Amino acid sequence: MIRKKKCVAMLLAGGQGSRLYALTNNIAKPAVSFGGKYRIIDFPLSNCVNSGIDTVGVLTQYQPLILNDYIGNGQPWDLDRTFGGVHILSPYQAKNSSDWYKGTANAIYQNIHFIKQFDPDYVLILSGDHIYKMNYSTMVNYHILNDADCTIAAINVDKKDASRFGILNTNDDGSIYEFEEKPKEPKSTLASMGIYVFSAKKLYKYLEEDCADSSSSNDFGKDILPKMLKAGEKMMAYEFTGYWKDVGTIDSLYEANMDLLGDNPKFNVADSSWKVQSRSPLAPPHYIGENAKIGNSIIMSGCEINGTIENSVLASNVIVKKGAVVRNSIIMSESVIGEDTLVEYSIVDEKTIIGSGAIVGGLVNSKRKITVLGRNITVADGATIAPGEIVDKSVAKEEK
Amino acid sequence: MRAVGIIFSNIHDKNVAELARIRTLGSIPFGGRYRLIDFPLSNMVNSGIDTVGIITKNNYQSLMDHVGSGKDWDLARKDGGVIILPPYGNAQNSTLYNSRLEALKGITNFLFRADEDYVIMTDCDAVCRMNYNEIIDNHIKNHADITLVYKKRTLNEDEIATELELTGNRVTGVNQKSENDGNEANIFANVFVIKRTLLQNIVLDSISHNYSHFMSDVVARNINSMRIIGYEHKGFFAGITSLQAYYDSNLLLLNRKVRDEIFGDRSVFTKIRDSAPTKYGNSAIVKNSMIADGCVIEGEVENSILFRNVKVGRGSVVRNSIVMQNAVLGENCTLDCIITDKNVTVTDRKYLSGSANHPFYIAKGIMI
Repeated sequence: MIRKKKCVAMLLAGGQGSRLYALTNNIAKPAVSFGGKYRIIDFPLSNCVNSGIDTVGVLTQYQPLILNDYIGNGQPWDLDRTFGGVHILSPYQAKNSSDWYKGTANAIYQNIHFIKQFDPDYVLILSGDHIYKMNYSTMVNYHILNDADCTIAAINVDKKDASRFGILNTNDDGSIYEFEEKPKEPKSTLASMGIYVFSAKKLYKYLEEDCADSSSSNDFGKDILPKMLKAGEKMMAYEFTGYWKDVGTIDSLYEANMDLLGDNPKFNVADSSWKVQSRSPLAPPHYIGENAKIGNSIIMSGCEINGTIENSVLASNVIVKKGAVVRNSIIMSESVIGEDTLVEYSIVDEKTIIGSGAIVGGLVNSKRKITVLGRNITVADGATIAPGEIVDKSVAKEEK
Repeated sequence: MRAVGIIFSNIHDKNVAELARIRTLGSIPFGGRYRLIDFPLSNMVNSGIDTVGIITKNNYQSLMDHVGSGKDWDLARKDGGVIILPPYGNAQNSTLYNSRLEALKGITNFLFRADEDYVIMTDCDAVCRMNYNEIIDNHIKNHADITLVYKKRTLNEDEIATELELTGNRVTGVNQKSENDGNEANIFANVFVIKRTLLQNIVLDSISHNYSHFMSDVVARNINSMRIIGYEHKGFFAGITSLQAYYDSNLLLLNRKVRDEIFGDRSVFTKIRDSAPTKYGNSAIVKNSMIADGCVIEGEVENSILFRNVKVGRGSVVRNSIVMQNAVLGENCTLDCIITDKNVTVTDRKYLSGSANHPFYIAKGIMI
């Protein structure tokens, strides 16, 4: 019997994420922590598993060490399979050439043999920088129902934001007649989410053509999709109505974290019908001390809290000492907030130590400006870090 | 690879009969996310022992579910790893074993098949960190036949334990002790080391003599002919000898020193289940408590241990209590000195109270 898979997912996880500044100095964007327990890549990976897609190629390029370690053999997502499962695909040296991934389409093209060994009918292309829960199998079914060659997931955005996205202009039946990349005057508000389903044979054909075309930038959005539309292939927009957030910027990453808070959060990660799986840290339950005050926050295992936490997200093994106040902030794992230190409107990356009596971030003219402290740095006792600063080196106390 | 581990998962089930009614002592939940077997099993792994047999008798479904393939302890191995050893009847013996020695008779194949020199045996009735390597080193240095690990302590209420008489480090007597006279004694910790071939001989010998009790038939009879030594465990040790002791030991984790000793290096392993992080509402008031992942807290929690996925409704108060997995506490209810087993529901405006020296236990799945 020849074994095959109905659908193979390819997850583009090579992006540098330069707009996340200090947070992606040493790690790829999909490995950035989110929501206390997760990393961004948990969302597309869990979506795959929950949608019954058990073969996923993860294409890495930029700073892949932590990401590779995190994915490992895929066991936390039940993706340690003998046939299928998760595979890390990094650029490699071939007999006649060796290249970095030049664009999204080129990355997939270089791994076309990986896809072909599963002989899939459909290929799902995903990116590793979005927070959402989506059933991909419904999208694949929609693709099959419409006998489409390519289906693009799309979400309705506010009219004022539409000019920041790739906009899909569609006919009444959902078929696409035009792409507009960041249009000044958008005709529709249907934005591409960067999630594509291709019929495998068509994908192979267009990737091969694209590779042969030296003028191409080898990108799905810029090259492959317009070429397919021009050639008259059937392209459908699949409208998604749930929560979706591109967390490619400091502000959007911050907002997405805050969307987890509240009695009726905009985004519910604790949904038992759509579990988000992740590689869990080995830590005891967190401890809340005698003097702690906690309101509207998310706290992970292993934390020791003796200060005040409000409207914040704390990842595992964070220590908040007596008198410290953490407000409207995101503290990633293994960081320490010293005694009587105030942290407001900040993102503190992993393993960062803030001394006592320090002031980190705050409001500027009652407007929010997110302060970012990078990974593995030390902020001295009594230091002040101004709102909106992005710090990736240790900070000594200013001499007065 | 120099020692094989054996864990007795339900030899002390009677200690905490309420909790062990539906499970082995080893699979009793403890400390917010653990089960009692996690402590000896993690001690094994942290001492480099990677072949571990777990002896069970009955009620072992939850234990098998918890241990699974052993991967969470890094014990899912091609060679060795963790092996659950349920009892099986044979021509000579068709009933379940009743003692440690009878249990060992049932696993002679496991013992013969191993090629490690030593065997370290432990029960699941204590929460402690023990370095078994040091105990084995000490055993070798002292040319011992059997090492018995003990803890200098007073007895818990209603506890019946084995006291070791020591001359130097040599055990010269074993007595049953059942009265708490307020004095510290050398109480056997139910952990011992023995050479594997010697254990095999003891087991074969006791089959032919129909011996059944390890302490009285083997140790006491051979106290002079064998070199039996004591090894003192100096670290934290909480014996789970009764429901009261179970309750007290859980709450001891609220003590920073204890927590640091047990969990400080983050090497107590347990089955990993995915829950979302715990969420605190605006009305939450939490003091001196240990809270596992997946909880939703909108009420007040003080001096308590909350396991995974516990919901505490608005206006509800949980004090001095141990609330196991998946409990749902409605609004405006009060729990004081209560132990709730898994999946308990308490509806709105209920007031439940035990007392610190007599906690009240609510069985699994009960709705109040």
